[in-house]
Amino acid sequence: MEWDWAFVWQIMPTLLAGLKLTLLVTLLAAVVAAVLGLALAILRRSGNRAVARGTAALSEFIRGTPLLVQLYFIFYVLPDIGIRLPALLAGVIGMGLHYATYTAEVYRAGIENVPRGQWEAARATNLTMRQTWVHVIVPQAVPPMIPALANYLIAMFKETPLLSAITVLELMNQAKSVANTYYRYIEPMTLVGVFFLAMSLVSVVFLRVLEARFGRMAK
Amino acid sequence: MGDWGGYLSLILQGALVTAKLTVMGCALALVVAFIAGLGRVSRFAAIRWLATAYIEFFRGTSIFVQLFWVYFVLPFAGVTLEPLQAGIMALGLNVGAYAAEVVRGAILSVPRDQYEACIAVNLTRFQRMRHVIFPQALPLMLPTFGNNAIELLKGTAVVSLISLHDMTFQAQVVRAQTGSTLIPFATILVLYFLMALALSRAIRMIETRITRGLDGVR
Repeated sequence: MEWDWAFVWQIMPTLLAGLKLTLLVTLLAAVVAAVLGLALAILRRSGNRAVARGTAALSEFIRGTPLLVQLYFIFYVLPDIGIRLPALLAGVIGMGLHYATYTAEVYRAGIENVPRGQWEAARATNLTMRQTWVHVIVPQAVPPMIPALANYLIAMFKETPLLSAITVLELMNQAKSVANTYYRYIEPMTLVGVFFLAMSLVSVVFLRVLEARFGRMAK
Repeated sequence: MGDWGGYLSLILQGALVTAKLTVMGCALALVVAFIAGLGRVSRFAAIRWLATAYIEFFRGTSIFVQLFWVYFVLPFAGVTLEPLQAGIMALGLNVGAYAAEVVRGAILSVPRDQYEACIAVNLTRFQRMRHVIFPQALPLMLPTFGNNAIELLKGTAVVSLISLHDMTFQAQVVRAQTGSTLIPFATILVLYFLMALALSRAIRMIETRITRGLDGVR
């Protein structure tokens, strides 16, 4: 079978619609992952032993099992107990939750990397807890986290095709449906690959910039 | 309610396929990782570019897209693969690209004076790699290899979408036949987690074996 440019232009609008949804899902899931990850990181530092242990075990479990199965779980099992989520929302929650366990580690490492002396100095100069966090810890902990967090953003973007398995009409699903309609697989599948490759090459450049700007400032 | 024993054995058959995919995928990934990782630190520019292109391509697109491409597009180019072969190939090449970067990083992190010492005692390039650089780089690679192996295990779930009868696929079959959702999916989640635990234990064992006698060196 030959590569057909006319077909490429014919399916382009459909694929671009899928790409738009892919980007939307990535952004929403990234927000969920960023917020939920912070919550997990804080819970893990909790003084209550049971809470800290439980959070650690839960994160470990989520990280040890495939995202696809978790998506199925959210999409198929939750309706049985009365929680019916639209596919898009299920996807965003599933992906956000999965990656929250990764971002939680980033937050934890970032906070732990602030030298002890900084905490002690804050106490010595009689700063309150809030002042310590806002003026001393966060400004030092956050910049080194940024490249790592951006890395997971890119990883999430690449995982979005999984959502096609729970009927979200993102890029991959659009490509599959055009492929099945016209029974031409070469163009749609290759274009999806090209789209992802192009986006991720751009994001690699973006990541380099972030790393140069924020990485290892303290050293 | 029905014959749960039968359904469980269906899922266990799937677990076997998942295990097979993981082991064979890891084997392919390991080979590819060393070839591409060493290629990236080669002294020939052409080999470096080739390795970089491979790594960027496979890290830049997701396993899902690669799998579909291998399974649906390659047949038009005359290469028809069994689902199992397609799965192993996509998983191995994908994770191999990530692991190649680990190999490269570990080799580059061996201190410069080790290279200089090798030149001073007149070792050939091969001897230098085999006896000096590699034994020091390997322990650095292992922990990340462990993570990569777990990523590969998680990646195997995707092959259910090209109708390979792995654990996820079988869980869907059970769901379709019984209408029960919680039991099949909870079962495979636990099974996946146990497999991941087993993998990380195995890697830790290899790690203690390989780093034996290296205390105090690093």
